Parts: sequence; C-alpha cells; structure tokens
Amino acid sequence: MSNKIKFTLDGQTLEASAGDTIWQCAERAGIEIPHLCYSKAPDYRADGNCRVCMVEIEGERVLAASCIREPSDGMVVNSANQRATTARKMVMELLVADQPAREGSHDPNSELWHWAEQMGQTESRFPARRTPAADNSHTAMAVNLDACIHCTRCVRACREVQVNDVIGMAGRGAGNKIVFDFDDAMGQSSCVACGECVQACPTGALMPAGGAGKIQADKQVDSVCPYCGVGCQLTFNVKDNKIVSVEGRDGPSNSERLCVKGRFGFDYINHSHRLTKPLIRRDDAPAKNADMDLDPANPLTHFREASWEEALDFAAAGLKQIRDEADGKALAGFGSAKGSNEEAYLFQKIVRAGFGSNNIDHCTRLCHASSVAALLETIGSGAVTASFNEARNSDVIIVIGAHPTSNHPVAATFLKNAVKRGAKLIIIDPRGSSLSRFATHFLQFKPGRDVALLNALMHVIVAEELYDEQYVQAHTEGFEQLRDHLKDFSPEEMAPICGIEPDVLRQVARLYAGAEAAIIFWGMGISQHIHGTDNARCLISLALMSGQVGRPGSGLHPLRGQNNVQGASDAGLIPMFYPDYQSVSDPAKQSKFEKLWGGSLDPERGLTVVEIMDAVHDGDIRGMYIMGENPAMSDPNAHHVREAFAKLDHLVVQEIFLTETAFFADVVLPATAWPEKDGTVTNSNRQIQMGRQAVDAPDGVMPDWWIIQEIARRIGLDWNYDHPSDVFAEMKQCMDSLNNISWPRLERESAVTYPCDGEDLPGNDVLFADGFPTPSRRGKFVPASIIAPDEMPDAEYPMVLSTGRQLEHWHTGAMTRRSQTLDDLEPEAVAHLAPLEMDRLGIRPGDDIEVATRRGRIALKARADTGIPKGVVFVPFCYAEAAANMLTNPALDPFGKIPEFKFCAAKVEKAASAAAE
Amino acid sequence: MAADKAIRKFGHPGKGRRGGRYEGKGRQVEPAALSEIQTMLGDRPRRRDLLIEHLHLIQDSAGHLSARHLAALAGEMKLSLAEVYEVATFYAHFDVVADGDSAPPPLTIRVCDSLSCEMHGAEALYDNLTERLDSGEVRIVRAPCMGRCECAPVAEVGHRHIVNATPEAVLNAVEGGQTEPSIPPYVEFDEYEKNGGYHILRACLSGERDIEDIISAMEASGLRGLGGAGFPTGRKWRFVRAEPGPRLLAVNGDEGEPGTFKDRYYMERDPHRFLEGMLIAARAVEAEECFIYLRDEYPGLHHVLAKEIAKLGAAGLSEGTKITLRRGAGAYICGEESAMLESLEGKRGEPRHKPPFPSQVGLFGRPTLINNVETLYWVRDIIERGGEWFSSEGRNGGKGLRSYSVSGRVREPGVKLAPAGITVKELIEEYCGGMADGHEFKAYLPGGASGGILPAAKGDIPLDFGTLEDEGCFIGSAAVIVLSDHDNMRDAALNLMRFFEYESCGQCTPCRAGTEKAVKLMSAADWDQPLLKELSQTMLDASICGLGQAAPNPLLTVLKHFPGDLT
Repeated sequence: MSNKIKFTLDGQTLEASAGDTIWQCAERAGIEIPHLCYSKAPDYRADGNCRVCMVEIEGERVLAASCIREPSDGMVVNSANQRATTARKMVMELLVADQPAREGSHDPNSELWHWAEQMGQTESRFPARRTPAADNSHTAMAVNLDACIHCTRCVRACREVQVNDVIGMAGRGAGNKIVFDFDDAMGQSSCVACGECVQACPTGALMPAGGAGKIQADKQVDSVCPYCGVGCQLTFNVKDNKIVSVEGRDGPSNSERLCVKGRFGFDYINHSHRLTKPLIRRDDAPAKNADMDLDPANPLTHFREASWEEALDFAAAGLKQIRDEADGKALAGFGSAKGSNEEAYLFQKIVRAGFGSNNIDHCTRLCHASSVAALLETIGSGAVTASFNEARNSDVIIVIGAHPTSNHPVAATFLKNAVKRGAKLIIIDPRGSSLSRFATHFLQFKPGRDVALLNALMHVIVAEELYDEQYVQAHTEGFEQLRDHLKDFSPEEMAPICGIEPDVLRQVARLYAGAEAAIIFWGMGISQHIHGTDNARCLISLALMSGQVGRPGSGLHPLRGQNNVQGASDAGLIPMFYPDYQSVSDPAKQSKFEKLWGGSLDPERGLTVVEIMDAVHDGDIRGMYIMGENPAMSDPNAHHVREAFAKLDHLVVQEIFLTETAFFADVVLPATAWPEKDGTVTNSNRQIQMGRQAVDAPDGVMPDWWIIQEIARRIGLDWNYDHPSDVFAEMKQCMDSLNNISWPRLERESAVTYPCDGEDLPGNDVLFADGFPTPSRRGKFVPASIIAPDEMPDAEYPMVLSTGRQLEHWHTGAMTRRSQTLDDLEPEAVAHLAPLEMDRLGIRPGDDIEVATRRGRIALKARADTGIPKGVVFVPFCYAEAAANMLTNPALDPFGKIPEFKFCAAKVEKAASAAAE
Repeated sequence: MAADKAIRKFGHPGKGRRGGRYEGKGRQVEPAALSEIQTMLGDRPRRRDLLIEHLHLIQDSAGHLSARHLAALAGEMKLSLAEVYEVATFYAHFDVVADGDSAPPPLTIRVCDSLSCEMHGAEALYDNLTERLDSGEVRIVRAPCMGRCECAPVAEVGHRHIVNATPEAVLNAVEGGQTEPSIPPYVEFDEYEKNGGYHILRACLSGERDIEDIISAMEASGLRGLGGAGFPTGRKWRFVRAEPGPRLLAVNGDEGEPGTFKDRYYMERDPHRFLEGMLIAARAVEAEECFIYLRDEYPGLHHVLAKEIAKLGAAGLSEGTKITLRRGAGAYICGEESAMLESLEGKRGEPRHKPPFPSQVGLFGRPTLINNVETLYWVRDIIERGGEWFSSEGRNGGKGLRSYSVSGRVREPGVKLAPAGITVKELIEEYCGGMADGHEFKAYLPGGASGGILPAAKGDIPLDFGTLEDEGCFIGSAAVIVLSDHDNMRDAALNLMRFFEYESCGQCTPCRAGTEKAVKLMSAADWDQPLLKELSQTMLDASICGLGQAAPNPLLTVLKHFPGDLT
C-alpha cells in the first residue's frame, strides 16, 4: 500500500511493491521480456545468470538483469531500446551457437527456442563448443547436456526446491558442467528421480526418457496424484488416450512438485495385466489354498470370462445368499483408501445398508488407526491439526517414526525447505534416512521404546517447568495426573531403555518446549505397535503441555499414508463410525442414517481388518466384498490371511489387476484406474481435491461407483446415482465437514481444505486455536506406561524385523511393479541390513539371504543400508515373491486394533545355496 | 506352534528388466576413507564455510582429492556429494581424481604463463621442463599469474616459487626436494611494536582515540580502495559503521590481477603494518571478526601471517575481534569482492548480484567491510602523519601515493611507490631505470590484464583513478606491464583473453560463452573484427561482474591502437 514505489519502464509509470522485480512489474504491465534462467514456478529464486532479460537503467554503467533487479523509486528503465535489445540478442546468439539444431533437438518446443524465435535469433555466427556426450543411464530421464545453457534451473530445482541435493554445477568457466554427485552417470547417482529438474529445464537438456519432448500432447488434464497422502496436484499430458508425461501443478500441498511415482509411475494403467473382462472362478478350478500362486497375465487357468450381467448377478447372489442364510454379520467389506471419497462412501453404505452390519474397514486400520484413536480420545478430532506446509512457519520440527523422503517425498521437500530457512529438525527414529543429514538432532533410539523416550522428554519439560502453564490452564485437562505419572520417567532412568543419552533427551525437550512454533510429524513407526495408541497419546501430551497446537507453524500431523486414507475414513469406511466419525452405537446417529439411507442399521460396531480375518477362520464370516485392497499382501501374518480367504464361501474382488487377493476370488470385477475416473480425494492436509478423468478406461472396464451401485441394486437397494457428483451431494447431507464445499466449487478451485467457514473463504489450515471439539472443549492428557513389544528377540530369533515402504513402490506393489520406470528402479525384493550386521553374518551386498520369523520364511537379496541399526532387518512389504507380511506379527494395539508391523523377532541367514558357494 | 518354514517362492508382477541395487543410492562412504578423513580433520569444526580449508587439508596430505575422500568428507560435513564436488572442481589448486583415474604425480610444477612471464620466456621454460622431467614423477602445468612478475619468469615447485626461473634452477629445486615456501626476513611483531607499532590501535582499544577522529583522518587522506575499484576508504568505513550489527570485516588478499604484486610485497616485508590497519578498521566499524582471504599463490605469507596473528592475541591486541586467515585455492575471480565472500563461505567463487552491496549484505549475510591489503597497510601512516600527509602527494592532478607494480620490458621492475597521477613514461624513466636494454617502448597495460592496452603514444596520460576511462582503460590495481617492439599485440591480447576464459567463473553467458568464443575467434588466422566488437559490447554491458565487463578491454584497445599487429 503505502510502501509502493513508482518507476518508469519504457515510458510507462509502474508501481512496485517491496520484493517485486523489474521483470515481474513488466509482466504485469504486459511488457514481455525474454527469460530463461528465471522460472515463474513457485519457490524458484531468480538467479540472473543467463542475461537474456537485460534492461537499461538510466544512470547505470552497465545493463541489469530484470529478473533479479528490484526497481527503486524514480528509476527509469528501458527494456526496448537498442542497447538492451542488442545485448539480449547477442546473449541469445551465444547460446544458440552451442545448441543442437532445432529440428531433431530434444525439445524443439523448449522455452529456449520459443524465445530465440521471438527475438529473431535462431541462428548464430559463432563457432560451437565441444558437445558433451549424452547420458541415458537413467530409466526415467535423458540427460543431453549439448542443449545445456548453464542456467542452473535444474540445480535450484534439485537443491533449493526439492532439496534432494544431487545436481551441482561443477568446474569453472566454459568448462562448467551440470553434474550428478561426482559427475556420475545420472542412473548411478543418488538421484531419487523426482523429475523436478526435467520440469525446470528450459532447453530439453533434461527430459523424460524416450523422447517425450518430441511428442505434442493433444490434451492436458488437471488432476491429483493417486499414490501417497500428500495429494500432489498434477497435469496429465495425454496423446491418443495415453498419458505421455506428467507435470506438477500448483496445488496447495505440492507447489508444482512431484516425486518419482507421481511423475513417472502412470504406465501401469496400460499394463498388459489389466483386467478388462469380468471373471468368474471356474467350477473345475483347483481347490483354494493359502499357497495358491496364479499368473496375473493368465487368469484363465482358474477363471472364465463372463459378461458384466452374469458377473454382477453372480457376485450379488453369493453375498445375498449368505446374508439371507446367516445374517449381515456373516459378511464383511474391505473398501479402499485408493478410491475416491464417493466410492468410499458408497462402499460403506452398501455394507451398512445392504449387508446389514458394520463389518467394514480398510487399510487405515493398518496405518494410523492408533493415531486416530488417540487423537479422537484426546482432542476430539482424528485429522491433522495443521497442514505439513505449516512447517514453513515452524522453528522446530519433530519427525518421529516416519520416513517422509521415501513415503511422503513431496512433504519432505517442505521440511527440508524449512531447515534451509533455519528451522531445527529433530528426527526420532531407529532407522536413518536421507533426511537425517538435515537434522540438528537425530535420536536413533531402540525400536519399540517410543513411550520411554517421549515420557522422558515430557519429564524434562515438567521438571524444568518448561511447559506452557497458560495453555495448560486454558485448554487442557488431566495435567496433574500426567505430571505425577511422569515422575518415574527421568532421562537417567529412561536412557538405558530407549538408548538415548540423558543430555540429548534434555536438549531436545528444551528445544521443543522452548520453540516459538513447533510441529510434530509422525508415521507408522509410531502407530504400528501394540502400544501405538500410547505412542500417539504421548505425542499429543507433549504438544499440549508445550502449547504447540493451534498456532501457525505448530501442531500435530500424522502423515497419512494413502492418497485418500483421510477421505475414506471421513466417508465412514471404518467399523465404528458412520461418515464424519458419527458413532454407529449412538442411537441418534443411527436413526439419522436410517432416515437418510432408508432402512434399518446395525447398532453394534463392526469388526476391524485383523478381527475379520480371525472371524473368517472361526467361520463367523463367510463372504466378503473387497474393492481395491490387497490384504493378501498388506495384512500381518499373510499366510493366515490367505488361509482365511481360501475358506470363504464367496469372495467378490473389484480390481484393476489380478492381485494376490484376487487369486482367491469367486468373481473378479474389472474396475477403473485413477486416471480413468472423476472423483474427489482428501489428503493428509484435509484438502479435498478434484480428480479428473484423463483417459478412457479400456473397453470392458466399468467405473467403481457404477459397479458398487449395480451390486447394491441386486441385493435390494434402490440406488440411482448417475455420476460421482450425485454421491458427493448426498455426502454433504450427512457430513458437516463438507459444509461450504460443493462439487462445483471443487471443480472450480480444484482443492478446498476442510473445515471451511464460508463458500468464498479458504478452508482452515490450522485448527484449534481456541479449544478442541471435545465435550469439555479441552484437550485431554492420557498418561502412557511402557509396554514391551509383543514378541521380543530371543536366542532363536535374535533380530528385530521392521517393515515399511520404499520410495519407488506403493504399498503392495500392484500398481508400481507394473510401472516400467519404477520396476526398473527397484526390480526385486531386498532386505535392508546394517553393513556391520552384514559383516557379522558374513553376508555381502547382493547375497541371497533368508529372513524367518515364527510365522514364515522368505528368500530375498541383502542390501547394505547405513541407516539401519545393528540387530534390525528392514523388509519392504511390496514384493510378492518375498512377502514381508508372511513374517509379521498380527498382535494388535488394544485401542486402534493396529498390528505390530514395526517389531517382531526374526533371524537372518545366508541362503543355503549362497552359503554353499 | 508348528509354523511352516519352507519357502514358497511366489511369482511377482515386476519385469525385473534392470539389475537390483544392493547399497544405498549413489556412491557410499567407505568406512576406511571416513576414518582417514576424520583423522585429517581432527577436532576442526565441520562447518560448511570451512569446506575449502578442509579440501586443502586433504590435498596437502594426500596430494590430490580422491573421490573416496571427497565422499567421506561430504558425509563427515553433512554436505551433499554435489556440494563438495562443485566446490572442489571450481578451484585450480585442487586435483579431483575420479574413481579409476590415476592420481597426479607426487610433485607438481606450475609455470606461470601470464603476460609478463610469457614475455620472459615462460613458454620455452615450460617446454624445456616438460622435455627433461619424467611425467610419472613430476607434473608440469601452466598456471596464471603468481604475483611475482618483477622476477619473471616464475615457476612453482610444490609450494616453492622459483623466481627468474631457469630450467636449471627449477631442476635443482626438484632434485633438492625444495618444495616448501621460502620466507624472506620481515619485520616481526617485537620489532614492529618497538618502532611505534600498535600505538594507534592500543589508543583506539583503550578509548583514548576517538573512532570518529580515525574515520575523519581516513576521509581527509583521500585514500581510495587500492584493490582497484578506488572507492573512498573513509566513506566506506562510515557506511558500514552505520549498518546494523553484527558486522564483519573481510580483507581481500586475493591479489590475482596479472601484473600485480604490491600486496605481497608489503605483507612480505612489514605484515604488522597491514594487520594494525586491519584491526583499526575493525575497530572503526566494530567488526566482530576479521577474515583475511589470502591467495593460495602466497604460501610463505600464509605461514608468516598465521604466526604473527597468533602473537596479536597474546599481546591483547585482538580483543573482541577474532582474526581468521583463509586460503584461496587458485581462482582469480575470488579477487572480485562478492566472489571472495562466497569463497569465504566455503562455496564456489561466483560473484553476487549487486545490489545489495556487501556493506549491507555481505559475509554470512552480515554488513561487511571489505578492504584490500594495501589500503589497510596505509592506515597507520595516515593516522600517524595525518590525512593531509597522504593527500598532499600526487602529480599531474593526481592525489596521494600509489604503489605501481611494474613489470615487463623495463630495466628495474618492481613495486614503485610513486605519486598518483604519474605517467607511464615518467614511471619508466624516473622509477624503473628506463626500458630494458634493446627494447623500445611500444605499449603498456596501465591496470593489469583487465585495464586495456595503450600505445606508447598514449604514454603521457596520468595514471590514476578516472583518468584512463576515456581510452577504454582503467588503472585498477596499478599493475603496469610495459611492452616493447619485441612484443606482438595480437599475441598479448590472445594471452589475456585466454586468461579470462580460464578464470571466468562461468556463471553468466556473456562472460562464460563470450570469453570462450572470443578465444576461438582470436585464434583464427583472420579475426572477425566486427563480430568481436559486437561481442565485446555485450560482454561489457551484460556481464554480471567486472571480469566479464573488463575482459574485452585488451581486445578492443588492441583493435583500436594496433591494427598493424593484426595482419
């Protein structure tokens, strides 16, 4: 306002605010100045190095780069006079001299050629430099530095935006060269293939592999990434009904950033394994057993093709028969956090209103059920209190039991940005990652000893009176009880248990409690324990006592796993709640939904994922409908799960591929992949985002909502939805969280955060500035005591097995292992071990090894990983050939009913064949 | 429980087209290399700004920078591989050796090929040594100006500089294992203090002397920055003092302009006069820390300064002001003040954009006073004798004294303390004993490589700030190189353009590509003069820093004044 200045550009008087550059003012005034090293993308710093944006400032000896120079009051700037245009043309001529010929170049439509043409400078009189060789070592990206203009956009992309720190500018002068690590081939470098450099490059020197730059897309469709809970917005470039490339879009959670999966992982939809015809199990198929292994390329060994009509009738009849013979409790449904909100809503509705029970659950049970249980219990809301982007306002950030660089890669970039800005990062995890380098404190504590560690931190905060007394007084309850409880948890007493020195515990406690604004991020390292709820309670107590909730930069953020696990839970895909966490055992809620859905509902809460499997074994559940989930891979003690599936009388699976779960199906219904449908999804930040259909589904494949509706109609429900928007409209009738968020608004804005206070207001990024949605309006302290993991290492199984994800593969690998790029990057099952542990076991990297627990044994390769502590073996659970969940312990957290994926006793041996060598 | 322990190998949906990966992504830190690096670094801090210092440690002890050591250093310093590699490869004095490549031989001889040395037979020296020495034992490389132009040609054996070098002198040094710098006698601390040194500083420290008086004296002296930019020193001090604290002081001791050797000359003889000036300046701007950025071509001086600085603390002279001595690593561009700041921060020496100026946003983002060594060298004398003492000197309208570094075809080259404004003809006749025998004055460089080239006919222009600009020249650091009828101007211009090409940081297009294209065009039998002129104009207009802006000066002045040498 008042701090605006006026200056003259090409005779026009322009206004500028602090921080505006001449280039930005010119653009606003409609004056076009060429630019190459400057990118308009969010978070790209101007660097002023290419010099194609030079302007003359009167009274100055030399020209100035308009992209980086800020105007001052009264400045007179000429962008169009002879001196400025001559210099710009000469700079372009120098650049063009060293370019490969436009026709046949890596990207004939690059920004460079655009501006060269605009400036009439597509030729050069200068001799060319020596051409650097192409680097095609990476499966996803091609490096052709013959087109490099040294503008460093890729360096900024890699180092300042995504902070993956792989790309550098090495050498000096004309010998300057873009390098990966130590001038290593890109494919052999530490590159994580986020592709930000490709998106940033203005010349085609860095491009998606396979000549994507030469393909002109015939349409662009804005949508959302279907992988993790970050919910990156993206644009599909489509040609001939195929996705040819993907670009990041400026969504609220990603600011145009993507990771390797979101940028290069979409070819799975065109994989030859896609199911395109409904399948019914053949009468002569071999009897089902837990060890069944079908070939997804050839389902006809066990199935026969059927028409949709026959398959739907068959699917529905089987379900109906069990319901009518026994009762609704003999049926269960597993919905999917990979589908849309509308699909999740319909799926829980068919189970509740159609099957007649609350036996509905999904993979939230396996990821954050304990976190949600603790959050609901203490602060009355299961979602995050602040978006992860709030890290920009934090001065202290705790990441505990989470590996965002692998599992939430784009969220991790914002954390790294915050560290670069000066925030202090505290990582608390038994397992190191590439994020550890950014930490001021890395507490590599003993697996499973979270409560000991967190109670010790709180002990310090209480003992040293660092807690926020005013906040505790105003907004919490139960503090005295917690304070008394914490007396027994001094750092000295906890240090031997958790393995962290008392001094370090004190430093971290002081740092967190003393921060202006501190935020806590956690992942499944917290939740996937039999004491997962206790772990989360501790984190909540830590935040409450320090007053680190409700202000910008503060909060509690469980990083949600699946792209729509928040939305699926919100939509009621859980056994104890209707949509919006309305309790099924609350008669008022029950009658509300009976009225809305027309029919009676079961007042008893349903069974959870693992409980359902046990109920199948017990014969209590006989039929299941599974949509887009793969419990045969994802659930603990997978052999037991597969035995259960083999026992079912009737299993309906709705899928895009013949997954390990579908092996057991009686009927398989081919469904749409994410880019083939419309629908909304809700990310970890509570942002509801619009997914738009980019390509037509293969012939024979039907939309998920349509399939659910067809089954619903066949089991007696009168449903008449024509489009997901109809479903969304119904959801609004029973979900206050959707207030002020309509389908048209989502179509228009692409993303709205809930809760939202007005049709024309943005949603609330940070919640609970003034109390919590609990009956007392206060946050509750719930003390937690130390519980040992369910299965401790012993002489026979001396190590700890922990499971999780890898960057390149999603969940059970059904999608990502069918993406060529992702499969190339991580092609086979590996177990991660500490190099020292490998020495002890006589195992070299790449050796065949076997990992065994009381529940099973798998064979895979050994990978040396310096982040893994001694005594621990980490196995990603995405590999069907060595399914980690054959090994895991199904022991449950009593509150969240989440299994202890992060800890069981195991042993590692060199494979018999390898040992014999 | 009778768990089935047989392995059931399931199929999987992957294609497995590429081989698996059995370690972390990218190169891994070798435990042995890490422990070697930890030993080398000892208890030194692992701060990022010390990266170049740490690289020196490794280069000095291992003779090169192996990839395994660099990876270990990155891990130890919590830096990425790229951050370490891009810095290591920027500086000429670091030998980065990739996996599988052979390390350089144990001994390196650098032969200076800058103009003065070239005029004195550097090329023949290089050829001779290359012929006579076993390349497996000794590596011979060309190197830019070593700041000893009065004794051209110069070669450096290890860290020992051989002046007026002959093949025999170099071979003797090699055979005798004389690879450590030789340190000539100098005025040590006790002697300096005995002769009145540090009285002014002590008076400043005790409050006896008012800082305002000090700054006023500096202003009255008319002393201007002697690194080459010529900004009035007193005014600069006042600017920086007015900025919000905490403030820093950085001394530019990266005397790299070919032909310049005055800073070395003064520091080698009387280092405390410079150090006292520095501490008075630090006092004047209330700088918490002084950083001395000393070029790596002056290894003997590094020993001297390190030794003498240690005495200051003991004598209570550096209270409240930490003094940090930093080594350059072979990069001319780091003499550009903002590139020097980057280098002090442990980064590649790429100049910053201005504004903001270092006086506002300097080292580590703090307001920073940057002064050249010689500028600070005169502080004590100016304050002792009064500002007017200095300003009363001068000739032909010039004001003050100037230390001309004279080299080339004169009988007595060297540092000549002469009145500012003296002409080159006067300088040659009155201070240098005339031209060397058999040489006729043909041309001169008034300000090193970047100050342009003028013909003898223009030998009556006063040599001072602002007097040469109309000729497309400037005095800069007052490095006067005198050429004679034995010298070809085309060769001189190409020598200088090659220097700029070699030393360009590469950040901006006009300089990076401009110097490279200019060398190519100037290496052709016939110069494309119109294109060279067009190119020069854009380099002048559009380069980020003085290097690219001044690089065309010799070319343009040769085109203008010596058409006869071009055909």
